[in-house]
Amino acid sequence: MPRDEARRWGLSGGLRLVMAAALTLLAPALRAADPPGAAPVAGAKEAPGDVDSNQIQVPPPPFSEGIFPCTQCHDGKTVKLNTTRRKLVDMHDDIVLNHGPNRWCLDCHSAEHRDQLHLVDGELIDFSKSYLLCGQCHGDKLRDWKVGVHGKRTGYWNGQKQYLLCVNCHNPHSPHFKPLKPLPPPVPPDQIMAPEGGAP
Amino acid sequence: MSEAPKVPAAPPADDESQGVSRRSFLHTAGCAAVAAALTGCGHLSTEEFLQRNFRELDKKELGEIIARLEKEYTAKFHKKVTVAATPPMPGVVFGYALDLSRCIGCRRCVYACVKENNQSRIPQIQWIRVLQMDKEEGVSLLHADPYYDPPLVPQEGHFYMPVQCHQCKNPPCVKVCPVKATWQEPDGITVVDYNWCIGCRYCMAACPYGARRFNWGEPHLPPEEINPVTEYLGNRPRPKGVVEKCTFCIQRTRKGRYPACVEICPTGSRKFGNLLDPGSEIRYVIENKRVFLFKEELNTQPKFFYFYGV
Ligand code: SF4
Ligand code: SF4
Repeated sequence: MPRDEARRWGLSGGLRLVMAAALTLLAPALRAADPPGAAPVAGAKEAPGDVDSNQIQVPPPPFSEGIFPCTQCHDGKTVKLNTTRRKLVDMHDDIVLNHGPNRWCLDCHSAEHRDQLHLVDGELIDFSKSYLLCGQCHGDKLRDWKVGVHGKRTGYWNGQKQYLLCVNCHNPHSPHFKPLKPLPPPVPPDQIMAPEGGAP
Repeated sequence: MSEAPKVPAAPPADDESQGVSRRSFLHTAGCAAVAAALTGCGHLSTEEFLQRNFRELDKKELGEIIARLEKEYTAKFHKKVTVAATPPMPGVVFGYALDLSRCIGCRRCVYACVKENNQSRIPQIQWIRVLQMDKEEGVSLLHADPYYDPPLVPQEGHFYMPVQCHQCKNPPCVKVCPVKATWQEPDGITVVDYNWCIGCRYCMAACPYGARRFNWGEPHLPPEEINPVTEYLGNRPRPKGVVEKCTFCIQRTRKGRYPACVEICPTGSRKFGNLLDPGSEIRYVIENKRVFLFKEELNTQPKFFYFYGV
């Protein structure tokens, strides 16, 4: 994914979080009145633990250009495996871990299978399924997300929808939603003929 | 004003003869002059002056009106502007829910709405108003500020409550309209026929949510900013002197799409769907979240719900 794409999704280019490309997710069935042309797309794979039936195309998740696959460097030779909990230097040192106490890389990233993440029970998952990892602690959010109530949906209310992954809005290393600059306030009535933001 | 010629009980849609005779009568009487005298607006065309209420139009009349409007807008904005009259979907009543625990007051929705729905830039018209409120006071209009402008939102100690038309099931605005220029459609959207509105603004006084806006001046919409995909009862360009309001993006939602404000919101605070579909996200919100209706005691029965997602 190009860098400007990464920026558009609100994650810095320096963020070394790597995600698999376009993915397909699942959501609950809810068709009362499907108009022609809004039929769900068939052929998406279901993962265990997902709700079934309506397939949802997810926009590409945020990544830094050229960072994935991680095994480009973490191939066991170029960079030797070191599972000691430590402060990172030289590489990935721009990452600020601000996500609960005592976390570090290998709590989520797999040491042996670098291009994947792992759940607490050791099960490997692709970056495209990172919501399963988040859902281990944030189960209530995962539940709401699956039905389209946490997070954003775009597309058709009665047909195909697009989802964002958790990490499209929450930097997994520092997940608090970042404040934004508000767009201009409305023009007060006494300046109603003036352009937005008040009298010129 | 223009009531006089409209008063004779409107003929049924297929009664050509009556329409024609009224038409020829007015032609004989020097229609343009009469129209100008009655309406005080010199620029109304004969066709526009004689146009009946949207709900009384037959297919042919509607087609002619739409063709006329498309021609007018296309000439005015120097690009192809389409005007549709998409009917409501059967089995659908739209509902909306807004997550007060997530909205950060960034106003992205306000401006996405302005763009999508061709609101006047100068004088400024915005259908959505975001109120900044005090967490300590809760939802209280005595402590609501629409003009907040800090460098960053959300601000400590505050929460944000966007307000737009609640598409009331029992809409006071519809009741007070003396000419039936505003009504509720079968899918629950309250619409305005801008060609029938006389600009008396009774509806604005009746609406408890301040959801309606009046075109006090000639609306100014730069041609390069117009959304050319329009709906007769929705986002087509409005004339001076009429009332307008949120239609849940009728030009999008009747074709299955989400409203523009839902799609722009960076926090995913806005939820939309079919209230009659038990599997819809809107039903999930109503059934599983803490939901409240704004000014519920007025019995307007909004189809716009506020909820706490956390
Ligand atoms: S765009 Fe979303 S977060 Fe921003 S003010 Fe509107 S509802 Fe609130
Ligand atoms: S919110 Fe106001 S304009 Fe909208 S339907 Fe209710 S009374 Fe009418």
